[in-house]
Amino acid sequence: MNRVHEIIFRLLLVSLALSSCLAATTLAQTPSPSPSQDATKAPDKQEQANPFALEPAAPLPPGMTGSDTSDPRAKLTPGIYDAGEAAMGIKHVLLVKKPDAFQLGADNPDDPKVQKMLGQMGAGGETSKMPKPVQLVIAQLSFANSDLAFQGNHLFQGNFYGLNIFDISNPAKASLLTTMICPGGQNDVSVYKNLLFMSVEMANGRLDCGTQGFPPAPPHPSPAAGQSNPFSAPPAQKDRFRGVRIFDISDIKNPVQVAAVQSCRGSHTHTLVVDPNDKNNVYIYISGTSFVRQSEELAGCSGGKPDKDPNTALFRIDVIKVPLARPQDSQIVSSPRIFGDESGAMNALHSGGTHGKEKPSDTDQCHDITVYSSIGLAAGACSGNGILLDIKDPAHPKRLDAVNDPNYAYWHSASFSNDGKKVVFTDEWGGGLGARCRPNDPNKWGADAIFHLHDNKLSFASYYKMPAAQGDSENCVAHNGSLIPVPGRDLEVQAWYQGGISVMDFTDAEKPVEIAYFDRGPIDPNMLVLAGDWSAYWYNGHIYASEIARGLDIFELTPTKFLTQNEIDAAKTVRMSELNVQNQQKIDWPRKLVIAKAYVDQLERSQALPADRVATLRTAIQAAEKSNLNRKSVAKLKGLAPSLDQSAGTTSAADANRLRALADILRNPAR
Amino acid sequence: MRTIMRASRNGLFSAASVAFLLFISVSAQQTPVVVQPGAPGQPTRTLPSSTRATLPPASPADVQFMQHMIMHHAQAVEMTALIDSHTANKELRTLGARISRSQSDEIKFMKRWLTTRGEPVAPEMADMPGMDMASHQMKSGHEMLMPGMLTAKQMEALRNAKGEEFDHLFLTGMIQHHNGALIMVKDLFDTAGAGQDAELFNFTTDVDTGQRAEIKIMQTMLGEKP
Repeated sequence: MNRVHEIIFRLLLVSLALSSCLAATTLAQTPSPSPSQDATKAPDKQEQANPFALEPAAPLPPGMTGSDTSDPRAKLTPGIYDAGEAAMGIKHVLLVKKPDAFQLGADNPDDPKVQKMLGQMGAGGETSKMPKPVQLVIAQLSFANSDLAFQGNHLFQGNFYGLNIFDISNPAKASLLTTMICPGGQNDVSVYKNLLFMSVEMANGRLDCGTQGFPPAPPHPSPAAGQSNPFSAPPAQKDRFRGVRIFDISDIKNPVQVAAVQSCRGSHTHTLVVDPNDKNNVYIYISGTSFVRQSEELAGCSGGKPDKDPNTALFRIDVIKVPLARPQDSQIVSSPRIFGDESGAMNALHSGGTHGKEKPSDTDQCHDITVYSSIGLAAGACSGNGILLDIKDPAHPKRLDAVNDPNYAYWHSASFSNDGKKVVFTDEWGGGLGARCRPNDPNKWGADAIFHLHDNKLSFASYYKMPAAQGDSENCVAHNGSLIPVPGRDLEVQAWYQGGISVMDFTDAEKPVEIAYFDRGPIDPNMLVLAGDWSAYWYNGHIYASEIARGLDIFELTPTKFLTQNEIDAAKTVRMSELNVQNQQKIDWPRKLVIAKAYVDQLERSQALPADRVATLRTAIQAAEKSNLNRKSVAKLKGLAPSLDQSAGTTSAADANRLRALADILRNPAR
Repeated sequence: MRTIMRASRNGLFSAASVAFLLFISVSAQQTPVVVQPGAPGQPTRTLPSSTRATLPPASPADVQFMQHMIMHHAQAVEMTALIDSHTANKELRTLGARISRSQSDEIKFMKRWLTTRGEPVAPEMADMPGMDMASHQMKSGHEMLMPGMLTAKQMEALRNAKGEEFDHLFLTGMIQHHNGALIMVKDLFDTAGAGQDAELFNFTTDVDTGQRAEIKIMQTMLGEKP
């Protein structure tokens, strides 16, 4: 289950966990060489009794440590909308449930609509063995929420069935504006000015946003015995859409599809790329992870092996050029072979760099790419590798470095520190569908990996995994997150599915620590139902989380010993007009005293300055604020700056940066 | 008098319009719109707020795929179960543990998927045209195998091998086995209407990617230990 990744959607009942070990152990203990067919004939008794039952986790591999069972998040009570909650440094502000058009319109599991939907899904069978509340959730999970994008006062939440647009001008009273029906999965979204982009990969995607999909072929009347594909009717469909849709959202209540750019593998995710030197176009990087479709359906598509077919749709990404004046003319302009080498081989990555012994797996796709245009780089999380790209020419990205990791199952996403000196990769071990944060799951598996980035080379520093043990019925692994713009620190808020959200401080790349969290209990205690946070992003003062099953969650940070009110206030000074997390924007802080106060708090916490100097700084800053920066107070501030610069010579690099940045503000504070 | 009256009439008018605008904005906030775009270049339709979600039809090819893949995966688990007693190769043991975990995990998933839909976890021979295992077996004298599955003879050889010979047979056998899974996935998506179930779609994509990755690892291991 290497990849799964995001996929999340196996909506239903996901299996719990490494049942495998159990199975393997059982087999090992009874080594009677049973013919392979036997294993397939009859499920074991326990499964016959209840195929949804949980199984105990496999033992920890030797030398590994697992998650913390004493954490308050380890044993929360289950529930859909009334699950137990645990939080530290985060306050839950609001949950906006999924709109009726994306669900059954029933809150009561006994409502006939629930059974009707299960029937529509083909679930006619043993639903009686599922707990009632779970039936309700499962019936609604065909409409799983996915990723988020932001623009002004609007939040865009993708859903496998379409998109929801919310008004977040008052986050505590966020409200739904528009529900757009357009199935295709996973419908990851980005926004740029009047344009909205959406990723489609599934076989039911239609050009016309229809919900009917395509008719299944009946079994062939008389196929040859042993024929592997006994179904008739050609699968090519001219109305099928897999690729990136482009909508005009000038009227937020009436998005209009202006283009639909088809691609061979569809679009699992995509990345908006804005070229600082090109005002007329933007670019979209398509990361396709799914099957390559037939050339009968889309000309030129081939899934051939690289040595046999130089035009294979594997081993590449696709780049769409979007002319802003005529978005309807958007098209794929290049398909860079970013896994290749100078010899012309397109599958060269297995000889890439490494910090472990195990060779990287066959990397023929990226799952997600984060571009950081202001430094001309992109970090790609590309199945078997983390890679670094030069994107100064956006249509022709060039690979600069590649790493792999013996503890990584599937490279899923990446983000840069604001200074561009670190990259955080995530490993979506088990694809988000499995319980991977149990006490026996290694905390190096399904974790973040923090890399130093120096001279265009990546080097491994450490792992970070949300530390709390989660239950057998909670899907949990590293997933999408964004930076929180606290000056002087590298903070990332991140979604861990049913593991909740966790805020990590990775200022010290060797020693990442958790400084805040929020978590709910499982949807159900006895069965793993796909749910939890797909992504958690900071946007203009709040944290927004896309909860797969429940809806949209909105949070605020609250002060703790790990994060002060001044630091939170400093983060809130950073305002963005648009946020597409995979198109990372450089954060610049104003030279305001609120920023200075955050630095002082940090220097106190790290004991880089003694208590008396901290007190002197606070008094001077307070006086300056009270007097509205009168001449005397400004002079006093200025006088404190040189000694800060001096101290910077004798502290850690992080504190030295804080001291210099503080001195800089004190020399010339802005109102 | 006239002036005053006009003023008050204007005042009334403005108060009314303010109230009206307020009403509009409040009601707009309370009733979000439900829309469905058309194909590129076509207008977007507004749908009634009572619209509820629907799904594409279920595909018999999906069901058959899951049933066959359970059989297929079961053999991989059987193969990995031999590792502990047949080789001391640490690298192979680690790989085997990972394959065993993921394949067993996936078997459970597939059984749940089928059970939820009221389908048997193994194909019903008589109802499965072209997949008549019983008669096929009788006629040919061989067991029915999914693509890539090891024959009884191959399995026997694996069971009888030890040490390096086992390592080699295991790796070549598992590569053959995994390549078969890739064929099964390709066949599925070469079938009209198949793979529209989101869960199944994602599952098959995972199987495809996961097995490709493991094939590469095994090829590398073979290269290092010829």
